[in-house]
Amino acid sequence: MTDLERRQDRSPVPSGWDYAPAPEARDILTLEERYGLFIGGELVEPGSGEYFPTIDPSSEEPLAEVAQAGKEDVDLAVRAARDAFENGWSDISPAERAKYLYRIARILQERSREFAVLESLNGGKPIKESRDVDLPLSAAHFFYYAGWADKLEYAFPNRRPKAIGVAGQIIPWNFPLLMLAWKIAPALAAGNTVVLKPAETTPLTALLFTDVLRQAELPPGVVNIVTGDGRAGAELVKHEGVDKIAFTGSTEVGKAIQRELAGTGKKLTLELGGKAANIVFDDAALDQAVEGIINGIYFNQGHVCCAGSRLLVQESIYEPVIEKLKLRLKTLRVGDPLDKNTDVGAINSKQQLEKIRHLVKSGEEEGAEIYQPPCRLPDKGYWFVPTVFTNVAQSYRIAQEEIFGPVLSVLTFRTPDEAVEKANNTPYGLSAGVWTEKGSRILSMAQKLKAGVVWANTYNRFDPTSPFGGYKESGFGREGGLHGLESYLDLDESEARGG
Amino acid sequence: MSRLPVRKTYKLFVGGEFPRSESGRTYEARGQNVARASRKDLRDAVRAARGAFGKWSGMTAYNRGQVLYRIAEMMEARAAEFAELSSGRAEVETAIDRWVWYAGWADKYAQVLGSSNPVAAPYFNFTVPEPTGVVGVMAPERPALDGLVARLAPVIVGGNTAVVLASEPEPLASIELAEAIATADVPGGAVNILTGYRSELAPWLAGHMDVNALDVGGADGDLPELERLAAENVKRVVRGHPDRQSPYEIANFLELKTVWHPIGV
Repeated sequence: MTDLERRQDRSPVPSGWDYAPAPEARDILTLEERYGLFIGGELVEPGSGEYFPTIDPSSEEPLAEVAQAGKEDVDLAVRAARDAFENGWSDISPAERAKYLYRIARILQERSREFAVLESLNGGKPIKESRDVDLPLSAAHFFYYAGWADKLEYAFPNRRPKAIGVAGQIIPWNFPLLMLAWKIAPALAAGNTVVLKPAETTPLTALLFTDVLRQAELPPGVVNIVTGDGRAGAELVKHEGVDKIAFTGSTEVGKAIQRELAGTGKKLTLELGGKAANIVFDDAALDQAVEGIINGIYFNQGHVCCAGSRLLVQESIYEPVIEKLKLRLKTLRVGDPLDKNTDVGAINSKQQLEKIRHLVKSGEEEGAEIYQPPCRLPDKGYWFVPTVFTNVAQSYRIAQEEIFGPVLSVLTFRTPDEAVEKANNTPYGLSAGVWTEKGSRILSMAQKLKAGVVWANTYNRFDPTSPFGGYKESGFGREGGLHGLESYLDLDESEARGG
Repeated sequence: MSRLPVRKTYKLFVGGEFPRSESGRTYEARGQNVARASRKDLRDAVRAARGAFGKWSGMTAYNRGQVLYRIAEMMEARAAEFAELSSGRAEVETAIDRWVWYAGWADKYAQVLGSSNPVAAPYFNFTVPEPTGVVGVMAPERPALDGLVARLAPVIVGGNTAVVLASEPEPLASIELAEAIATADVPGGAVNILTGYRSELAPWLAGHMDVNALDVGGADGDLPELERLAAENVKRVVRGHPDRQSPYEIANFLELKTVWHPIGV
């Protein structure tokens, strides 16, 4: 038994909340034993012949073997994308391009359950999230950008939008298919071709997506997918044939990419880390706010760059909020990602679990008070009990660093100004939440918070029409909405004045 | 008997004041001794710019537009001096008209660059542009006056504050401009202009952790290194052109903020 487990709330798991197991059927899914790299419309062997297992993090069982792309594989993929861009894809009329994207959206809708099961299996997220959030949003993203493909000249007044060429895209493991959709849909709508590198631990939905492309009859080479660890991503960033890099991941890697591209003139967009404040005022609807706090930090096991990982509570309501929060924590169901009643699934990887444990330990050592509800964790797989830290000082690592796990740090404030100051006291600036019944206060807070997305009386909402992206060290560029197109277009001015 | 004219001392423009370089150094340009700013001056300028950010970005768009328009007024009144310190009358007129043009954008760009977003759920969702913060501007060497105006105007019209490295060979017009700005109701610190050696200052501006964006348009061969330094705090790096005039130049120095609010009763 670890120290952590000893401290965990030992009161019995509340009765009346036990459900019979309700696992989603896995037989909807047929997995290959081994997947190659998707280059030029086909799954091909990697040059090195190197494969690695990809697992189910809830059981540590291997699911399939996946190729490790090397330098020459990435080169082949970039060449395939260039060839497709220059010989065919650019000649297809924008209206026809749109129709390919509409097809992809439709096929994703039709095969959504299959994808949802695979997403939960390979990533550890609860099926109710992959089913109700990841999949509908992925399809919607393609549907939304499909419609832009033949309307680009209306998006940016007085500019002549042109495709950039080959986009290199690197995505994280927290929303594997959704991040793929966020990257590929606007890139193709704008007329580019892409080479996409899925995350090392969650490549399977991207590989299944190649079957969607087959069904949609997308011309070969327009989308290429190279799997592997960070080495494959680094090769993609360095490749001279890539005109634009779009990266979603950690701030540390984002900075390294920005450095790598310095002086090259390549376009770059970065969606990096966050340490969002979720701010609750004393006039907030408390029960709703508590649901918002829970959704803000335990959604997708807290593997969310915009997670509300710092709760800022107005002092006068600190006790009732913490009490309600602890009560609500006890009802969270942690376990089998494929069970339809599961609220919190498995931690994505062993490495991530270790990072969470390390930071939680630092929180205890620095003097914060830990609370973990009673809950039974499965014997195998990677798990972490939903955790709340109180008595947190702003200087603690758990208040400064992105944990990317189900761990909430609670701080307090007295005045709106203090809330703003604490919320903005971080190098990050991705998102924030505000809970109050006072409209003028919402707008004032929304104005003062240095964050790219502000959720008022809600949290973790996403939509293809809604631009998403960070301030400060959370990155630059937007994904979603009209603004998300800009990252994938060359925008010459038709009549720039004064020139 | 002819009267001996009173000469001007060319100094830095930091925090709304005209200090000499704390280093006591100068260099000669067009026969004048010009302040040669130090790293310390640069840090002071960034601090002044950060300090002025709340006031400048908090002013109404209408008000910022009027202040920019007043810069044009102040320049017009000194047009003859500007003509002497730049390439001539034509450059001065272009620069003045540029201020007028950007002044008019102050209360319009948000309508062109923002959006309301029809999300598929009962939420009101809108996106508004906001200033990035403190912007470092490396002004082009030439045209020293209009090049600086072309890069500075889109930065400050959006509510950012600026630290400008003036043209090294032609710094006089930029100090003349500072004097126009200082009398145009621009809050002290919103615009800071440093003269000196580019190679001494540019890397420190590029690497400064409290600078949010960087216009390297006027930088020379050391561009890759400056861009590498800028990555330290994920600066927005813009390769500005001295002859470009567009609301998209303003957009380069803006963040987009998206706000969600439930619709209900």
